[in-house]
Amino acid sequence: MRITCPYCGERDRREFYYRGAAVDLDRPAPDAGPDAWDDFVYLRDNPAGETRDLWYHEGGCGAWIVVTRNTLTHEISATEPASGGKR
Amino acid sequence: MRFSGLRVLKEGLTGNKGWTAHWRDPEPKAEYDIVIIGGGGHGLSTAYYLAKEHGLTNVAVLEKGYIGGGNVGRNTTIVRANYFLQGNSEFYSHSLKLWEGLEEDLNYNVMHSQRGIINLFHSDGQRDAAARRGNMMISQGDDAILLDRDALRGMLPYLNYDDLRFPIYGGLYHPRGGTARHDAVAWGYARGADQRGVDLIQNCEVTGIDIENGAVRGVQTTRGVIRARKVGIVVAGRSSQVAAMAGMRLPIESHVLQAFVTEGLKPCIDHVVTFGMGHFYISQSDKGGLVFGGDLDFYASYAARGNLPTVESVMEAGVALMPMIGKARVLRSWGGIMDMSPDGSPIIDRTPIDGLYLNCGWNYGGFKAVPGSGNVFAHLMATDRYHENATGFRLDRFRTGRGIIDEEGKGSQHNLH
Repeated sequence: MRITCPYCGERDRREFYYRGAAVDLDRPAPDAGPDAWDDFVYLRDNPAGETRDLWYHEGGCGAWIVVTRNTLTHEISATEPASGGKR
Repeated sequence: MRFSGLRVLKEGLTGNKGWTAHWRDPEPKAEYDIVIIGGGGHGLSTAYYLAKEHGLTNVAVLEKGYIGGGNVGRNTTIVRANYFLQGNSEFYSHSLKLWEGLEEDLNYNVMHSQRGIINLFHSDGQRDAAARRGNMMISQGDDAILLDRDALRGMLPYLNYDDLRFPIYGGLYHPRGGTARHDAVAWGYARGADQRGVDLIQNCEVTGIDIENGAVRGVQTTRGVIRARKVGIVVAGRSSQVAAMAGMRLPIESHVLQAFVTEGLKPCIDHVVTFGMGHFYISQSDKGGLVFGGDLDFYASYAARGNLPTVESVMEAGVALMPMIGKARVLRSWGGIMDMSPDGSPIIDRTPIDGLYLNCGWNYGGFKAVPGSGNVFAHLMATDRYHENATGFRLDRFRTGRGIIDEEGKGSQHNLH
């Protein structure tokens, strides 16, 4: 698997650390209540198909990257900096 | 049809014409008392114990593919009860005891081989941790022997004891651990459930779960609507998709775990050996192939195959630990889909929907749990009470923070186990 870092270009998967679903970018407010925090920390859509993950370019430029990827085929369709990845 | 030595002899002398199919291939009925979604090891053993221990035989197991075609046929067949934490240890102890009587119980040769498991350690601190774990196993009623380097060398002379990074100090030996033939376990439970009246419906994919007024009413399938008073979801590998049919989101992320097997060799590795620091473990199948694996690829995946960096690291660890296996040629590799839970422990519980039960989150340890999981899940579905050896696998433990079972002491969060 090769991942295209928006800053460094296409690199080996081993340069990257996988953080998990990009839900991490949608941190609830501290007082949002237990349901919102349960959703954020534990519950996952875990799709069999297209997913958005958060990866860290640990062995490269240190950027956090949102990777749009297919969990059935491992095909990567898009990568973007996490700072612009909120939606 | 009962298996026996006499029967094998008789069939051998009469052209093997008397063997019959191991289970029926029934059409689904319109209604059952209980529907089990998922005809893997756990689903089949659930159905078997529902019939055997609770007298519930108006039961169907719905399998989208064929019996033995999922994760129960994609693992590395290790059976053990060497857990540390309460919550896990009594459950796996219970499961191992069921394994030990399984072949007589099922009248089926599952090739359960208690060849022993050895977990290696590489420092004084790790030796202390191994001794502590061994004491916990013994206090649970299971067996553990702490082997020093010389004792270990007598048993496993082929290891590289003087590796610079991970010199081997000894191992924690669990003699009752071992392996079993994974397909035979599925077939044996399938046959046993079928003989007691359970309908095994293959090529029957569940496409929806019918819920009315907060209670389950049945399922939609590719072979029509099937009504049921109770439904059990036992589909580790696809838990999130099936739970979504009931409007639930689960604390599960699916990952790929790879495994490998070499060409058949003469007997050379007599035990299951685990090299935790290298993320490597190995045993030798009865056919002679070296069966080994490593850690997750560490990204969410349903592909049932992994990537080369993990292949490389597994091979490196294996050859560093036991240089002799460098001469063996790898025949096949494959990947299983793991239900990874935040604390690394499974979920066996009710759901907020009446009559809907959930068995999932087996991480990379589901195979050894097949008898225990089905046994305690059948108990829960039949009696609506938790089995005494499975009170800890609650679905809400993440939300509440109470009763987290974090065997590895890593924390309760996705991507840590």
